[in-house]
Amino acid sequence: MNDTVELRDHIREIRYFRIRLIISAIVVVVLFGLLLGRFFYLQVSQAEHYTTLAEANRIAIQPLTPNRGIIFDRNGEILAQNYTAYTLEIVPDQVKDLDAAIDELATIIEITPEDRRRFNKLKRDNTKFKSLPIRSRLTDFEVARFAESQYRFPGMDIKAYPLRHYPKGELVSHVIGYIGRISDKDLEQLEADKRLKNYHGSTHIGRIGIEKSYESALHGQTGFEQVETDAVGRPVRTLSRVAPVAGSDLALSLDIGLQQAAVQAFGDYRGALVALDPSNGEILAFVSKPGFDPNLFVDGIDHLNWRLLNESIDRPLNNRALRGVYPPGSTFKPFMALAGLELGKRSLGYAFNDPGFFSLPGSSHRFRDWKPGGHGWVDLRKSLVISCDTYYYMLAHDLGITNIHDFIGQFGFGKETGIDIPGEAAGLLPSPEWKKRRFNQKWLPGDTISVGIGQGFNLSTPLQLTFAMMLLANDGKAYRPHFVKQQVDHYNNLVKDDFVEEVYRLNLKPEYLNYVRQALADVTRPGGTASRAGANTAYTFAGKTGTSQVINIKQGERYNASKIDERHRDHALFTAFAPVESPRIVLTVLVENGGSGGSTAAPIARKVLDYFFLGTMPEPAEKAG
Amino acid sequence: MIPLNIKKVWLYFTRHIDNFLLAGIFLLMLIGLIVLYSATGGSSARVTSQLINMAIACAVMWVVANIPLQRIMRMAFPLYVLGIVLLIAVALFGEIQNGARRWLNLGVIHVQPSELLKIAVPLMMAWYFDKTHTALRWRDYVVAALILLLPVVFIVRQPDLGTALLILISGFYVIFLAGLSWRVMAGLTVAVAVSLPVLWSFGMHDYQRKRIMTMLDPSQDALGAGYHTIQSSIAIGSGGIAGKGWMKGTQSQLDFLPEPSTDFIFSVFSEEFGLIGNSLLLSLYLIVIGRCLVIAASAPTRFARLVAGSITLTFFTYVFVNMGMVSGILPVVGIPLPLISYGGTSMVTILLGFGILMSIQTHPKLVRT
Repeated sequence: MNDTVELRDHIREIRYFRIRLIISAIVVVVLFGLLLGRFFYLQVSQAEHYTTLAEANRIAIQPLTPNRGIIFDRNGEILAQNYTAYTLEIVPDQVKDLDAAIDELATIIEITPEDRRRFNKLKRDNTKFKSLPIRSRLTDFEVARFAESQYRFPGMDIKAYPLRHYPKGELVSHVIGYIGRISDKDLEQLEADKRLKNYHGSTHIGRIGIEKSYESALHGQTGFEQVETDAVGRPVRTLSRVAPVAGSDLALSLDIGLQQAAVQAFGDYRGALVALDPSNGEILAFVSKPGFDPNLFVDGIDHLNWRLLNESIDRPLNNRALRGVYPPGSTFKPFMALAGLELGKRSLGYAFNDPGFFSLPGSSHRFRDWKPGGHGWVDLRKSLVISCDTYYYMLAHDLGITNIHDFIGQFGFGKETGIDIPGEAAGLLPSPEWKKRRFNQKWLPGDTISVGIGQGFNLSTPLQLTFAMMLLANDGKAYRPHFVKQQVDHYNNLVKDDFVEEVYRLNLKPEYLNYVRQALADVTRPGGTASRAGANTAYTFAGKTGTSQVINIKQGERYNASKIDERHRDHALFTAFAPVESPRIVLTVLVENGGSGGSTAAPIARKVLDYFFLGTMPEPAEKAG
Repeated sequence: MIPLNIKKVWLYFTRHIDNFLLAGIFLLMLIGLIVLYSATGGSSARVTSQLINMAIACAVMWVVANIPLQRIMRMAFPLYVLGIVLLIAVALFGEIQNGARRWLNLGVIHVQPSELLKIAVPLMMAWYFDKTHTALRWRDYVVAALILLLPVVFIVRQPDLGTALLILISGFYVIFLAGLSWRVMAGLTVAVAVSLPVLWSFGMHDYQRKRIMTMLDPSQDALGAGYHTIQSSIAIGSGGIAGKGWMKGTQSQLDFLPEPSTDFIFSVFSEEFGLIGNSLLLSLYLIVIGRCLVIAASAPTRFARLVAGSITLTFFTYVFVNMGMVSGILPVVGIPLPLISYGGTSMVTILLGFGILMSIQTHPKLVRT
């Protein structure tokens, strides 16, 4: 009886159990169905989406940075090139005690506090997984030394990068300029210019000089490589590749020998020199002294060097030839002379007896000549040869400021010459409108008188003076001054060589031009203000001396160089062309605080011309005073 | 005479083996080896090592299959007690790895006692239910629940939430199959639903909370905890219907997948064999589970039924949770895909379970009188 009950219970238990098993089986099937539904959703409905994601995951576009173009002078001397620099990099995430590791590193490789400071700044600005440079430009010896004990420095590695090098350093720093690391501001600019795409992978960009103005030619075309990467971003294999196109090489018209001669001719003086070819506007020499070592800037200049350069009283970073504005002084007179002739205010035969000063009608104020008592009878030729001030006071008064401004403006004063490096200063050719705008003051008759001898409000750059002189030398052909002669691609195919551009032509009477040119030739002959510099030349040359005042001399006082602080002495100017018959070179010399043009600037010009025509390299000059 | 001997030997070895089940297991293992080769980027060393794992696991299965059911039943209690003792030892002297105290260093080998309890707990509970002979009363369920909760509490404290949950589930299967009334289960469901928010706020570690949050929205933490889920979904999804082909899955070959040879091996399979492969694999698992359910249904004793049912459903749970986690519908918990993932411990545990099932199936079905 009991057994039956138990058996019945047992059968019932098995039935219950099996029901529960069936329920379980149903749940199993349902849940597997759920999985299958999920797989269907992922692999059929969303397959395209996930395939795209998988592709994006594995395929990375890596930019291939092109090699930057090389810059040569007119004779093939290298002015800017690339070399491989070794940089020591650290991945902060892979180094346990960073400070201790760097301390240890410093025992085998020199790490300056500046290096550390820069590294720490980079570390703050980047993720800790990024490889960051701590020392750049390792020497071969340092590379070898690190390599042999690299096992001691996990997370540190030496990387090779192409780096810009300027073998001539300071000599052409103000022409070539330099490249620097691309900044956020550069990125914004590139984005605005729609050039950003070409700079993926580029680390440097032209900052100033040729490097900046010819950036797009020098940079080249960035290539791209489609690579398959793993989850950490390491490339596994290349899928496709568009090779980069190296930047174009540039051949400049600059003659490094002439440049060297000019720098040596300056000796210890500060100043600027611009020399160009009047037949096409090609720059032959372009000096701003002192210069600086552009190599310092390539990888970011360090704090100390920056302060040394930026705070130096000699202002080596200032491009005097391009941006330095000075009163042109007496070098302004040849253009005044042409204005007088062309506008009919003076004739070739006119002469007057110079009392040594000029006063406006009804005024007792005396505009004094540089020579007390005057020069006696002065005609136009003599006015230039001995640089008579009184002649030009009167001429300015007769011409009036508007005539002066409009006529002389044609020679390029008061506006950019359009030279192919950036940052050019426009100078200033004053006019009543300008004075009204600038000072809200009326133009006074006396203002005109100072302008007549290149002083007063007048300001021009050495480049502008050279440009004006070119027009005088080549019968008024306004060639745009330029450095680049030829652009050649990486495979030596000519890209462009038509850099010569005649912007406009001045219509000047040959009779007047010849007269002025002959007068300027006489400047370098006995009796002229530059006679000493012009003695015993193997070629003919014409020029005009000038002195540009740094401080105002009060009425009734005389300028006495020995009494004035050296930095307040006048700037010496000389602008010239040679040979007189068919000029091949035009040049302007500015010597800061050099005193008078005839004694300081003209001899420098002579030395440069001697090199140009005869090939004699000058000895560095002795500094006067 | 020799053929006879061979036949004898063959019989001796296969007497307690369920050929149908074995075929399913071998097929899954074979798939596992093929995927493993691809997941390791063509490493025959890993495959060899997994072959050794499989051989050991098969030996364990064979031994267990040859143990009569009664003896297995007698081992339930000692095994359970041993497990509890080891858990206490872990709590006191265990080694800390990855912030959790799970391992016990016995000098020669390191053991993870929670692994033993995956088998010992359902055995013990089934043994207890079997001992009562008569119809089960509510008191029996309470005792079974206590048997279950004791080790679970220890394991939660280690902390190893994943294993604790799996043991909890395998124990629940025993109780469920033993016939716990639907009303009580409904009550329990309500209780769990109510206690979940409390557990969320007070009973969970930050990383556990994060895992669940990540499951709900993987893109929230795309480079952190959600990375695995997203990459795994990408692998599966980009596999499409036919898959990218063996050894050709970009997600797996290029190391975008976490743990491609263990927990996430299914995404490798899925990427390379597509929806077709997935369907075949699910079918194969379904066949194995179906066979196990048949064995459970025809098991002779209450102990055998409960153990067989619980092992089967636990096996299913492993498969479901792993695939669910890899395909992004369940949180990421460290559960391998049975018979396919690389690893010795899980392989042995799984095949030990199948050994018990084979023992149930092949030993004389004595009807108790």
